[in-house]
Parts: sequence; structure tokens; C-alpha cells
Amino acid sequence: MQRSLFGFVRAYSWPQQLAILALTLTSLPFFYLWVELPKRIVDDALGGPPGPRDFFGIELARLDYLLALCFVFLALVIVNGVFKYVINVYKGVVGERMLRRLRYELYHRILRFPPSHFRVVSQGQLVQMVNAEVEPLGGFIGDAYAVPAYQGGMLLTILAFMFVQNPFMGLAAVVLYPLQIAVIPPLQRQVNELGKQRVRQVRVLAERIGESASGVDDIRANDATAYERARFADELGRVFFIRLGIYRKKFFIKFLNNFLSQLAPFLFYSIGGYLVLQGQLTIGAILAIVAAHEKLTSPWKELLTYYQMMWDSQIKYEQVVNQFDPPALRPRHAQEAPPPADLELTGRLAASGLYVGEDEAEGGLKGARFALDLPAHVALLGGHAGGHSELLRAMVGLAPVQSGSLTINDREITKLPESVTGRRFAYVGNPAHVFAGSLRHNLVYGLKHHPRPAEEGGRGPREDAEAKASANSPHDSAGDWIDYAEIGVSHAEALDDRLLEVLETVRLSRDVYVLGLRGRVQPERAPAVAKRILAARHRLAERLAADARLARLVEPFDPARYNDNATVAENLLFGAPLDPVWSTDRLAANSLVRKVLAELDLDAELRRIGWQLAATMVELFADLPPDHEYFRRFSFIGADDLPEYRELIGRVDADEAARLADGPDAERLLALTMQLIPARHRLGLVEDALQERLVQARHRLRQRMSEADRARIAFFEPEAFNRGASLQDNILFGRIALDQANAEHIVLEEIAGVIDELGLRRLIVQVGLDSEVGLGGIRLGLQLRQKLALGRALVRRPDWLLLDDSLALFERAEQERLRDRLLEASRGRTVLWVHTRPEWTDAFDRVLVFEGGQVTAAGTPGEVSARKGDLATVAAGA
Amino acid sequence: MSLDDDAQVLKNIPLFSKVEPTKLKLLAFTSERLNFLAGDALFAEGDTADAAFIILDGEAAVEVRSDGGFVEVARVGRNDIVGEIAILCDIPRTATVRARSDLVALRVSKDGFFHLVTQFPQVGIEIMAELAARLHHTTQALTAARAQLDIGADV
Repeated sequence: MQRSLFGFVRAYSWPQQLAILALTLTSLPFFYLWVELPKRIVDDALGGPPGPRDFFGIELARLDYLLALCFVFLALVIVNGVFKYVINVYKGVVGERMLRRLRYELYHRILRFPPSHFRVVSQGQLVQMVNAEVEPLGGFIGDAYAVPAYQGGMLLTILAFMFVQNPFMGLAAVVLYPLQIAVIPPLQRQVNELGKQRVRQVRVLAERIGESASGVDDIRANDATAYERARFADELGRVFFIRLGIYRKKFFIKFLNNFLSQLAPFLFYSIGGYLVLQGQLTIGAILAIVAAHEKLTSPWKELLTYYQMMWDSQIKYEQVVNQFDPPALRPRHAQEAPPPADLELTGRLAASGLYVGEDEAEGGLKGARFALDLPAHVALLGGHAGGHSELLRAMVGLAPVQSGSLTINDREITKLPESVTGRRFAYVGNPAHVFAGSLRHNLVYGLKHHPRPAEEGGRGPREDAEAKASANSPHDSAGDWIDYAEIGVSHAEALDDRLLEVLETVRLSRDVYVLGLRGRVQPERAPAVAKRILAARHRLAERLAADARLARLVEPFDPARYNDNATVAENLLFGAPLDPVWSTDRLAANSLVRKVLAELDLDAELRRIGWQLAATMVELFADLPPDHEYFRRFSFIGADDLPEYRELIGRVDADEAARLADGPDAERLLALTMQLIPARHRLGLVEDALQERLVQARHRLRQRMSEADRARIAFFEPEAFNRGASLQDNILFGRIALDQANAEHIVLEEIAGVIDELGLRRLIVQVGLDSEVGLGGIRLGLQLRQKLALGRALVRRPDWLLLDDSLALFERAEQERLRDRLLEASRGRTVLWVHTRPEWTDAFDRVLVFEGGQVTAAGTPGEVSARKGDLATVAAGA
Repeated sequence: MSLDDDAQVLKNIPLFSKVEPTKLKLLAFTSERLNFLAGDALFAEGDTADAAFIILDGEAAVEVRSDGGFVEVARVGRNDIVGEIAILCDIPRTATVRARSDLVALRVSKDGFFHLVTQFPQVGIEIMAELAARLHHTTQALTAARAQLDIGADV
């Protein structure tokens, strides 16, 4: 990467810079004309003697001449505007492309950082650098050459003009420039130094914020918020004082500059005035000099601003680039080279004199030597400083090899490109990272090496061309990246077979099934799912209807009937909101709902019920302490809102409440009623007659909705799949009766029965695979995440499965179940497994014992235990 | 069927007779009113105890497991409370309670019950009295059984 900003700009945007320059220079004559024309209009068209005027060789009457000049002026306004527009947009494009190139390069470098570098540069700093610090460079790059050329050109032109007019005058104008040029740069250097400090300090700030956010649990758990706040305040203070220093110096430079510029007129007036009084100079000459000097000020100022901006950008660039150029940056070809054609991953694995690790104290391998024949299932056993973990990490390029050799059939493993170590090997750490996206995305993550172009919805030619112009990735992330051949399947459905098999191996099927059942179907999958889920809905209804004991457990959704086990709001909306605007807890605030209720004369009654509810809640909850959990679990009214409601029911009685005009009070009461579930709350407030009218309101509401609003709700319709509801709710299509004992348990069993009867389990697991796992897999538990990572490794049937204590976070019985399944799934292939269970050795073909970074025993489990005796002491030892 | 009715039923139960009506209403409100069919178990021996049941209507049998199956040891009916002992001492259910007819019960969660006991010492005292009575009953039964065994040994 170029060390200086200008080097970077020249290397990648030289022709564009010249184009900006050419455009700018072309625009100058027009600009000059536009500035000159008013003078001509005033002096020539309006002033001067009467009579016709000459306009480009045509004789025009005075008025016509005036109009002609005015139209020329108008034309010039347009031409200048267009020039400005084109130049600015083009500058923007060039700057933005360069910025994109820079950010891409920086990101690419992050992916190539040696792991140790992440200990030097924190995540917060990286974010700060790639996002914020380089941002202003885009603006500067467009101006990098155009501004000095343009403003410098102006300055020189004016100076030349002055010198031609009167050399003495020109000399007077520039007499102070040498002084400015001598004084300002040293001051600017101090500003630059402060600028560097500021960049570093802001990074520290980013780091602190990052650390606080990720460690907030422990900050609170140790009552350290005061300390952290103080620390943060100190860091802010440092930024403040650096900034203050910058302001002082920067504006002092401005002041000095202004002062020196104004010193010139002082000289003109004093010395020139003296000369005038002496009769050696005319007054006109002095005025001309002052006017010319005035003109010089603007370009001079622009140049100075540019000068400061240039240094600022230069510093930022250098400071960023420095951090992104660690020694031992992984070479590009390691990530881009194709796998060697003749690579054989079975055969002799050998190490000799192998030193791995970054830090002496951290353990690592210290001259390890061993040989093994692969394929084999190998247990790597040792204490915490055994160095066996580093061996696995070195194989996939995550730990640096200091010296020695690690070979497969005499080929250096550590020199293999990532197209081998990341495809034919599969390394799973502890805990492994899971990525934002669906479960499916995570499972096939290890198959995404190279895309086929997307059939639709991918990058267009414009995006492609632009990516190329900034030397960004030529690949379209929306393309189909999955390497089906790598796992020997030909199409997506066969891939699913493989994924389901893997889920079974890592014991995730059950969890994914539950996720699927409770999850919503992605729109693109809905058509395929809808029919089969509807069949399940009907089957469940049949089953329930066939048995009176079951029928009472579910109250199905019926568009023509009120559902006692749903809230009033749910009964009104009678659908699943697809947009939060229509979420049921906002229904009372919805103007259309209120209008419909008023039209049907329901509003007064619902307000009256709201008032009664409020009165009941106030009565029941009044003397509970505000933090009592009953408020959260049972009350319609939060503890904070209770006084407000108490005041309201004290102010109006039930009848007055019914007569309330539309407003906040009315809305508050209506909101209470909306939450009422007759079967649960047993308040006897929603009588049968009212229920009927609410069903009417349901129909009316739907009629009155705009087309757009209707599209925001998935209405409950017996013969239609509901895409706003989970699969389970779709099959159930109703509410589980709240007043029947064990209803939920029995109904869920019935649903499971229907699913098995109709063979829907696979479909539901497939839907489950579409569930989002959240950033870093946050929505899944730690164990599910780890299983997902194991699944990701297994999907591609790796030649070598490298497990770095990957089961540590499971309980013992689960560890053993997973061990058996993983080994079974890898039969005939190599498994290198670092673990801490000496009693497991019999499950493996070979055992390597690591002590103090050396291999102290190797062989079959029998041989090793014969030599080393009790392996438990080895595993426990350092 | 309404909350007020439930509260009224609670009021008639000796255990709650001294509790303010509002509190009983809160208890009713925070409890579930559940329908059981004849033959359904309210809870089963060995289950974790998370609630007590107040029978509002119908009849149930208290059964314990013996070699041949279940043996009925007691009958409970309207206004009886069952399952409160297990939630007090955090032990698994010691018996199965099965509806003998269609039955309606108020399921009072463990929290709800404790809430009431801590707010109304009177309820606690009632429970102590009930427990003491049961203990007395058990002790008597034990003494009688011993006496019988002694007689048996003598014969």
C-alpha cells in the first residue's frame, strides 16, 4: 500500500485527476466572462453615449443591446452552473471510488491480519479507522490537484496581471508572501502533531466504548460504573485539550495570515500615501493596487485552507495505513491460490523440530517431532501448555510456525493455501464463531468459496463496473456461492438432505424442529409450505372434532365468531400484523379503528368497560409495592401508570367515561379494554351481545381499510396459510382454551401427532433452518452455536477434521454422545482431536501425548498407556 | 363464573375466611380457573409441586400408588383445597388427585399462595392449625397401627 496519500491518489486516480483539472480550466474563461459582463452592462449598455452599439459585429439599438447582453449573462449563468454541477459530481465520484477502494483494501487486510495483530489493534479501533477516519479523505481526494492548480493558477494570473500593469504594484502585493511562507509551516507542523495525537486519542475512545459495551455485565456486577465513567471522562478531557490546542494554533495561523494580508494595505496606504503627498504617485494608482490586492485574498485563503486540509488528510491516511501493515500479513496468494492439483491428504503426516507459537510464555510447540499414517482418528492429549492446540492451529494458518517442518507426504502443510486448509480441512475451535444470518447460511458457510452468477436480483452491469473501478471484489455476494460439487450433491434439495443428516449427527434436529414450528415462513418458501400446512390444519381439526374431550381444548378462529380466548384487540383485527403499525397493542391509538368503533356505536361501551377495568385494577393492585412482579404478570396497568388511572376514575364515573370525547383519556380506557381476554380474566365484561357487535366491527374494519393497510395484515382465514403466524399457530388455527386443564400440553401433542402422520417433520426442520441466529448467533444458546459450528465443519465431509477441544462446553454425557457421532460420521477419514479426556483414548486409533511442547509418546492407545501409565496425570499436568 | 363469584367461593373456605374480599379477588384474578373432565388428574404423584387447587365444583379422589395400582385414601369436594402442603415444603407430590366427576378448580400458583400467606398471617395460622390437625390424626392412626401390630406380635 502506498505510504503517502498523494502516492495513493496518483496510483489509482491520475487520469481522473487530470480530467478534473481539465474541466476546471475549461470552465475558467466562462467564469471570467460572467464576472466581467455586469461591468459591461453598466458601463456600456446603460452608461456611455447614446446610439447603437456593436454586438459581435452586428449593430444593435441600445435597448436591444442591453437585452442581448442580459441574455448572454443568463446563458453564462446556466453554463457556469452546469460546469459547477458536472465538476462537483465528478469530484464526488472520484473521491468516493477512492474511498471505496481504500476501505475495501483495509477490510481485505483485516482478513489477512496475523491473529496476533488483533491483540495489538482492537475491534473498536478497526471500526473507527475503516469507518470514520478515512471518511474525510473522499472529499479531499476530489480536490487534491484541482484546488491547488485552480487557486494557484488564479493567484498567478492576478499577480501576472499586476506585474504587467505595474511591476512596482506587483512587488508591493507579494512583498509579504515570503514572510508568510516562512512563519506558517512551522506552526502548521505543530498542528499536525496535535492532529496525530487526536487521531490516536479518538481511537482510544472507540476502544473504550467497545470494551465497555462488550463487558457491561461485568462492569455492573462489580459496581464499577463510576470508575468507568471517570475513565471515559478523562479520555474525553484529553480529546478536549488536544482539540483546544489545535483550535488555538489553527486559528492563530488564520489570524497571522489575515494580519499579514492586511499589512499590505497598511504599507500601500502609508508608503503609497507618502508618495502621493510627495507627488510621486497618483491616487488612482493606489486604489488600483488595493483593489488588485483584494482580489488576491480569496485564492490565497483557499490555498491556505487547502494546505491545512491536505496535512490533515495526509496524517489520517498515514496513521491508518500504518496500523494496517503489520509484519507477517498473510500474503494474498495464500487466500487466492487454487488448491495444488496433486495434493494427497492420506499418507504420512510428519513433524520435526517444529516450533509454533508467538510467545515463549504462552506454551506452544517447542521442537515437536512425530510421524503418523493417515487416515486415522487421532487423540491429541496433553496439559494446558502441551502445545497440541497450537499444532492444529498451525495446520490452518492460525498460529505462526517459527521453525521446523510439518508435512504431509513431504509437502509443507503450513504453505498450503486456504483453498486447502479451509475446504479439505475443517477446524472447529472452542467456542467457534457463528455468523449473523440463518441457520442454513451458517451450515453452508464452509461451502461458500466461489460464486456462480445470480440468476436474478444480483449485481447489475452498473454495480459491476463500479466495483471494478474501485478494484473491489469482482464477485456478486448474491450469487449462488454454494459449492455443491464439494459435497457431492447436484441440487438444492439434495443439499437439504445433507444438512438434515448433519443436524442429526450433531444432535440439533430437535432444536431446529422447534425453531421451525415456532418460526415464520420466509415469503419465498411460503407457496411450497402453505398447502401442506393447510392439510395439517384440516387434519388437526378432524382429530379434535372426532373426540369431544379434545374438541373443548381449542377454540378455532372463525371469521363469524368471537374468540373467547383471544384479546378484544385480536378479535377486532382478526389477523397477524405484518407491520408493527398494526400490532395489537397499538390498536386503541389507530384512528381508523376508533372511527369504525364510533360508527357502530361501540366506542362508548368499550370506554365504559375500560373504566370498569381500570377501577378493578386500581382496587386489586392499589396497595402492592410498585416493583411487585404481579404488575408485570397480571396487571393491565403498569405500576407507573396506576396513579394516572386512579386519578381518571376519580374524576369521571362510568357513565361520564362512556360519554368522553375522543382524546387521550378515551384512548387510555379503550387501550385497557383491548387487552381483555374473556376466558382468562373472567371479569364478565364482554357480554354475548357485545361480542356479536365486535365481530361486526371486525368485518367493517377490514372493509374500511385501504388496500395498503390490508397488505400489512395477514388475516385469519380458514382456507389460507397465514404468513404472519408461526407454523404451529397455522396448524392450530385458533386459540388453546385457557380454562381447560392441561390444554396446552395435550394440544401440542396432537399437533406433533399430525405432523408425524402427514410426514411434515422434514418440512418443519427446513423452515427451522431459515431462522435467523442474530449477530454472532446471539439468539441461540452457546451450546446450539457450537453444535452449529460442528455441523458447518461436517457438511463438507472434510478430509481432516480438526477439533480443538470443541466439546468442552457440553456436559459429559452429551460430550460422549457427540464424540461417538462425530467419529462415526468421519469413518475412513482423518480426525485430529485435542481434548482433555484421557479415558476416551480407546475410541481413537492413535494417541499423541504432548508435554511441554514436545510429543512424549505416540502410538496406539494400548502402546501409549503402556508407556505413559496413567494418562490422567498427563492431561492434568502443565 | 365471574371473578366476584370466585372470590365469594374463596370467602366460604375456612382457610380464607378472615382475608379481606379485595385480596381474595386478587387471588382469584391471579389464579386460573380450570375445567377438568372426570378421570383427569389435577396432579400426579411425583410431579413437582407448583400450585395448589381449590375445588369450586365437583369431586376428586386422593390416590396413592401401591403394588396393584392406585388406592383411594380420601375424597375431596367443593370448597376443599388440595396440594397446598407440597408447595409449602417444596417436595414432589405425595399423592395423585383425580377428578371423579367433571370438576372446576381454581389453580393457585405457588407465588400467589405465598403472597397471600406473607400478607395475611391469619392464613398462615390457619394452615398451621390444619397441619397440626393432620399430624394429630396421623399420630393417632400410627399409634393405633402400632397397637394392632403389638397385638399381632403377641398372638
